[in-house]
Amino acid sequence: MKEIEVNTTTINFGPQHPAAHGVLRLVVELDGEVVERAEPHIGLLHRGTEKLIEYKTYLQAVPYFDRLDYVSPMCQEHAFALATEKLLGIEVPQRAQYIRVIFAEITRLLNHLLNIPAYAADIGAVTPFLWCFEEREKLLQFHEAVSGARFHAAYFRPGGVHQDMPEGMEEKLGKHFEKLPKFIDDLESLLTNNRILRQRSVDIGVISKDEAIEWGCTGPVLRSAGVPWDLRRSQPYDAYDKVEFEIPVGKKGDCFDRYLVRIEEMRQSISIIQQCLKQIKSGEISVIDNKITPPKRSEMKHSMESLIHHFKLFTEGYRVPEGETYNAVEAPKGEFGVFLVSDGSSKPYRCKIRAPGFAHLQTLDFLSQGHLMADIAAILGSLDIVFGEIDR
Amino acid sequence: MLQELNKIKELNLVTDNKIFYSAVFSREHLTKLFNELKNNELLCFNQLIDITAIDHPSKEKRFELVYILLSMKHNKRVILKTHLEENDSIDSLTEIFQASNWYERECYDLFGIKFNNHPDLRRIMTDYNFEGFPLRKDFPLTGHTEVRYDDVEKKVVYEPVQLTQEYRDFDYTSPWEGMTKGIDDESEQE
Repeated sequence: MKEIEVNTTTINFGPQHPAAHGVLRLVVELDGEVVERAEPHIGLLHRGTEKLIEYKTYLQAVPYFDRLDYVSPMCQEHAFALATEKLLGIEVPQRAQYIRVIFAEITRLLNHLLNIPAYAADIGAVTPFLWCFEEREKLLQFHEAVSGARFHAAYFRPGGVHQDMPEGMEEKLGKHFEKLPKFIDDLESLLTNNRILRQRSVDIGVISKDEAIEWGCTGPVLRSAGVPWDLRRSQPYDAYDKVEFEIPVGKKGDCFDRYLVRIEEMRQSISIIQQCLKQIKSGEISVIDNKITPPKRSEMKHSMESLIHHFKLFTEGYRVPEGETYNAVEAPKGEFGVFLVSDGSSKPYRCKIRAPGFAHLQTLDFLSQGHLMADIAAILGSLDIVFGEIDR
Repeated sequence: MLQELNKIKELNLVTDNKIFYSAVFSREHLTKLFNELKNNELLCFNQLIDITAIDHPSKEKRFELVYILLSMKHNKRVILKTHLEENDSIDSLTEIFQASNWYERECYDLFGIKFNNHPDLRRIMTDYNFEGFPLRKDFPLTGHTEVRYDDVEKKVVYEPVQLTQEYRDFDYTSPWEGMTKGIDDESEQE
């Protein structure tokens, strides 16, 4: 009888590793340098967001969404706001819809401006990281101007947005987004035809159309495999049906395609923002129903009714009619959904958060099989993993 | 599309909400039903978006297991539900949708719902050696244990939770009662 010697090495990748993009523990079985199995251990950043939301009013639940995927906060507030609005049966005013679309796209830019250089840094390029952080800072100033916070904005609220954009903001945005495409060209000149980047990403971590659908992949990962599926187009929410944009798709579904899809998505985002800035008109920024949105500060000084409304809204909160809904948005990482169940009280009975990264990380095992250990960093980076949303 | 869904006798269609349908089924039909939903050309619900559960401790069948499917071809979603008792188990969906692996692990971890024939039914979100099922309504928000770094033992130790202040759950339905239960009027509570 012939004996076959199985000689695999098991190593621990993480939980603290710069290429793990957060706290991921990966148990990797290697045959030499070739990956045989990669098993993610997640949950190290589990904070019980879904449980906490059950004990908070609808308004108090909003900030938790900023803290899920902390590089694209506003898109997640968007999903929750839309779900709550659906249960409440309200529609937000036009101006609020446009503001939301503008900031959702700024958030998408912020996300891709972090993911692309972080991915590039994983596979050896440091300069884009510094460049993109400068651009991110400029965009974060817009976040700060409307909400007062650079990251944890709590800006999109059920019923509209928290406050109107400051005066002169539209011109500033317009000016900034005229210049930004030039930056993306510069960024591409560093990366797209870079020999090292191509060697490290072409034909690495290939996912086919069918596999991507089967494994629940959404967003750039699904599109890089060649499926032109974008919720902004197929199930438009807010003002997305009033703007025109193209959906970039890849051909092979490898790491390089995912990078290219993200680059093109940034250009499309800029175009969406510019269209919104042309179409946006002045008007209300939230529903005029003081049972849902608080009255103006100035009114509270004169009107007893406003004062009572304010007090009730910030203690008890508003009651949401009994029912349940699932609402998804196209977050920068993919389909971010909120399954919200209301029992008629002022707190959600159940709020399930569907994070795109959770499904993507699940594919890591089969994406990395047969590749080298060093490719795991490339695959992880290209999947755009953020543990805030995966572990919840 | 709606007609086709109605033809499936295992399915009990409840609502039709333009973008998504909502339906109830019984757990024995799981495999057959999902095969039909996925492979029927006229339905083509080929992507499993999520699996989750809702806990209703007062009901006899306390868990409501929720499956969310998406048909890209028809741009429709369907939300399927089944009701389970506390000790019921349900067949795993991993043979039909590979993506269900982690979703089912999550349901098992947070609710304690068991899935038959699941290849790897371990906890996923909670700590190693965690006990209890956190998303059940009878699990306290604060949990049962807390951790701190012990300087003497030079390691992280687990201890029962000690709250410096009792957890406060205000009942806003009455302006006169601060806490959930009124001392003299028990009927005031929700």
